[in-house]
Amino acid sequence: MSEYTVNDYKKGHPRWCPGCGDHFFLASLHKAMAQLGVPPYETAVISGIGCSSRLPYYVNTYGMHTIHGRAAAIATGLKVASPSLTVWQISGDGDGLAIGGNHFIHAIRRNIDLNMVLLNNRIYGLTKGQYSPTSLRGFVSKSSPYGTVEDPFRPAELCFGARGRFFARTVASDMDETVDVLLAAARHKGASVVEVLQHCVIFNPKSYEDVYSKDTRARNAIYLKAGQPMIFGPNNEYGLMQEGFGIKVVKLGENGITEKDLLVHDPHNPDPTLHLKLALMQGPDFPVALGVIRDVETPTYDAEVHRQVEEVKAQKPYHNFAELCETNNIWTVD
Amino acid sequence: MNNEKTSSAGPRVIEKDNVTVRFSGDSGDGMQLAGNIFSTVSAISGNDICTFPNYPADIRAPQGTRSGVSAFQVHIGSGKVYTPGDSCDILVAMNAAALATQYMFCKPTAAIIIDSDCFKEADLKKANYKTLDPVEELGIKNEIVQVPITSMVKDCLKDCGMDNKSILKSRNMFALGLIFWLFDRNLSEAEKLLRDKFAKKPAVAEANVKVLEAGYYYGHNTHTFIDHTYRIETSRSTEKGRYMDISGNKATAYGLIAAAEKLGKTLYLGSYPITPASDVLHELAKHKSLGVITVQCEDEIAGCASAIGASFGGALAVTSTSGPGICLKSEAMNLAVMTELPLVVIDVMRGGPSTGLPTKSEQSDLLQALFGRNGESPMPVIAATSPVDCFYKAYAAAKIAQEHTTPVILLSDAFIANGTGAFRIPTVSQLPDINPPYVPSELAGKWTPYMRDEKTGSRYLAYPGQKGFEHVIGGLEKSNDTGEISGQPENHALMTRLRAEKVARIPVPDLVTEGEQEGADLLIVGFGGTYGHLHSAFDELVKRGEKVAFAHFSYINPLPANTAQVLRAHKRVVVAELNGGQLAAWLRMNVEGVHLEQYNQVTGQPFNVGRLVDAFEKIIHG
Repeated sequence: MSEYTVNDYKKGHPRWCPGCGDHFFLASLHKAMAQLGVPPYETAVISGIGCSSRLPYYVNTYGMHTIHGRAAAIATGLKVASPSLTVWQISGDGDGLAIGGNHFIHAIRRNIDLNMVLLNNRIYGLTKGQYSPTSLRGFVSKSSPYGTVEDPFRPAELCFGARGRFFARTVASDMDETVDVLLAAARHKGASVVEVLQHCVIFNPKSYEDVYSKDTRARNAIYLKAGQPMIFGPNNEYGLMQEGFGIKVVKLGENGITEKDLLVHDPHNPDPTLHLKLALMQGPDFPVALGVIRDVETPTYDAEVHRQVEEVKAQKPYHNFAELCETNNIWTVD
Repeated sequence: MNNEKTSSAGPRVIEKDNVTVRFSGDSGDGMQLAGNIFSTVSAISGNDICTFPNYPADIRAPQGTRSGVSAFQVHIGSGKVYTPGDSCDILVAMNAAALATQYMFCKPTAAIIIDSDCFKEADLKKANYKTLDPVEELGIKNEIVQVPITSMVKDCLKDCGMDNKSILKSRNMFALGLIFWLFDRNLSEAEKLLRDKFAKKPAVAEANVKVLEAGYYYGHNTHTFIDHTYRIETSRSTEKGRYMDISGNKATAYGLIAAAEKLGKTLYLGSYPITPASDVLHELAKHKSLGVITVQCEDEIAGCASAIGASFGGALAVTSTSGPGICLKSEAMNLAVMTELPLVVIDVMRGGPSTGLPTKSEQSDLLQALFGRNGESPMPVIAATSPVDCFYKAYAAAKIAQEHTTPVILLSDAFIANGTGAFRIPTVSQLPDINPPYVPSELAGKWTPYMRDEKTGSRYLAYPGQKGFEHVIGGLEKSNDTGEISGQPENHALMTRLRAEKVARIPVPDLVTEGEQEGADLLIVGFGGTYGHLHSAFDELVKRGEKVAFAHFSYINPLPANTAQVLRAHKRVVVAELNGGQLAAWLRMNVEGVHLEQYNQVTGQPFNVGRLVDAFEKIIHG
């Protein structure tokens, strides 16, 4: 049991718009932190710029509200220099995938032990309504009055392209699941990417209508649980089966299909092929995958850096400045 | 300058108080190694040294072509030498292309040693000669000493069982052996260096030693060779102590290592490779046994940003780059200004703008360092004056950053970064204390992030892991009292003033004037890596009886307290810099009404002492 409560992590008065997904997420994060039990003083929350990046002001830990796009890079330096800290990195879709895309993929590739949260509302809210790199093709916004003519990033695809070892997806309004997913992300050693689907109530209020309420989620999403067959639907009547190199949706009981025929979720499989297929599923033909989609541990960069330091310390005969100088050709002037 | 004497026995011995040797050849000919060994052994025998390598701009230019020529210049002296020398007394040219591109660095009296085996028709063609007589074609009037180096090296190693290609790699050692004989250097020291360098390949080491000795004895035994040797008096003025040869970039790395040890902090470098700063990263990456952490980041921005993260965590945080990298880091540097986090930013300047001249030296980032950020963004700027000084200025940059909770820009340049000098090894205990404003523990629970030390104006630092000091900082303006976000007009004015005052209050040493303390006909002023050239020009003017003074800036923001006083104490002032007049502009901004003459050069090359002296004479005498 954790010795901390939700109140130990709460701070300030969030200024997000009423109904904003950020409120839901923040509450889930407080809960997850309390359950995790890492003391506030050993926790750091690093954000970039954007509505969601205000979050560190509302968490009673160490934190830095940095500059646009650089949260992952700043979090990298903090985690590598101070590996005992638990570091949360909070970005929106613009911060993380547009201006900060380079840092996002490299933090994942290096496998820095960060909990990287991507609050994806498919819009720039703080600058008042421009399309983002996750806005769907044709999206009409202030900066795309005739609709965008570009395809969006799919964060999971980007994550796996950067050799992501942990990817989870949750809906901001689905707080119990969000807490579970955040706990899994925090416990995963390595770069854990959590995509949080959320509305911008002002500029993009209908982005995730298919999964935002409990009812629609039951129809249009699947909760993936390790070791469990892939079942979904309001009455658990649907499932996912393998078909060739792909996946198909089946109805249980039809054509003699039983639970035993369904795919069983294995987030720990090192091969990301099926994880990617699951993560890219979308309506109307497929359910949106929620939960921990991939969770594979490999050595983390921060741990490896310090392991190498210890290894070299044991190998090399010099351990301070004076000894370092002695490794050079030295002459004496008397 | 030279005191030439003739001794009666053996070849004539010319005594000189300083001499410059330039080794040149194809980039695969090992000229850097030969030059390095010569300078190190000269330093070991008590000379002062100053060196400068000149690499080809192309990574792998075709062998034997002019674009593939690599050179290494060594200036040794019995007293202090400040520069690698404007031009050389001895030029070694290992092939025809080297002769074509390097002969212009010779003094009129210089001797040129060439490998006569490498001037065949095909070699001359490759090196773009139009005729078969290179000396005539180039109009060289210097004495040319023709030595069949290649054939003698082949002969020397014919029984060693090495293949032809490996044998030819030792040609540089034959040339070095000749130079050792010419300057009466101690062969055994060179042999020791070679055996150290090739410790893992003893056969290669012994082959090199054999060729080195062959070159030496060729000089000794051959009467057709130069009719004299040189003697460089060893120094008596050098401070006692233990010395090593060090390049500017290595010295920068060592200064940071020493500062981290003094502080008891982890040294963290976030960096991205860029010429000519990469050697700082290379050097620090080697020293994991000292606990140094280097992260080669995905870009310049991340280099700086990750260092800010490391600083927030309590490390001695550093990012290193050259001018184009500063452009990219600027936004993150400003985050360090706003959050008042310690950060050392190293700018090893090169020719700009844009990609500019990546391997050449310039001082043209000064105004970028001072002003190149949005908003009122005061940042301390200091400049190293020599390869060895990079150690002390890197240490000073770390001290200022840590004690005054601010990013600090350390300016170095391609010239001092790659050049070397003799570094008297200090102990960490001899170096000044570094006392960051750690938050007093009794403030736990009551502390807000912008509570300041009254004397310095620095904010108290608390690091993650410290219970009771949880806090959030960031790029948005904060209330000085509460640390909360504040857009309040009076608070922004206050914070702007506090940030400026904090930097203005940093104590820096007074500007030292050499020569006349007042009333000089000309005060020579410069900053950073031009110290050696300007000092040499000043010395020459003094020798000529001119009434001159010399004051060189290392601390540029804040300026030394006596700056105005020094600038106003003389009849005329010239500011000499390798840019369009950036220091002059900064001084005019800070010292009202001062009249400054300018001497500016933007050729990508270091100053030339001779030309400086001529220009200063012209200012003095109108």
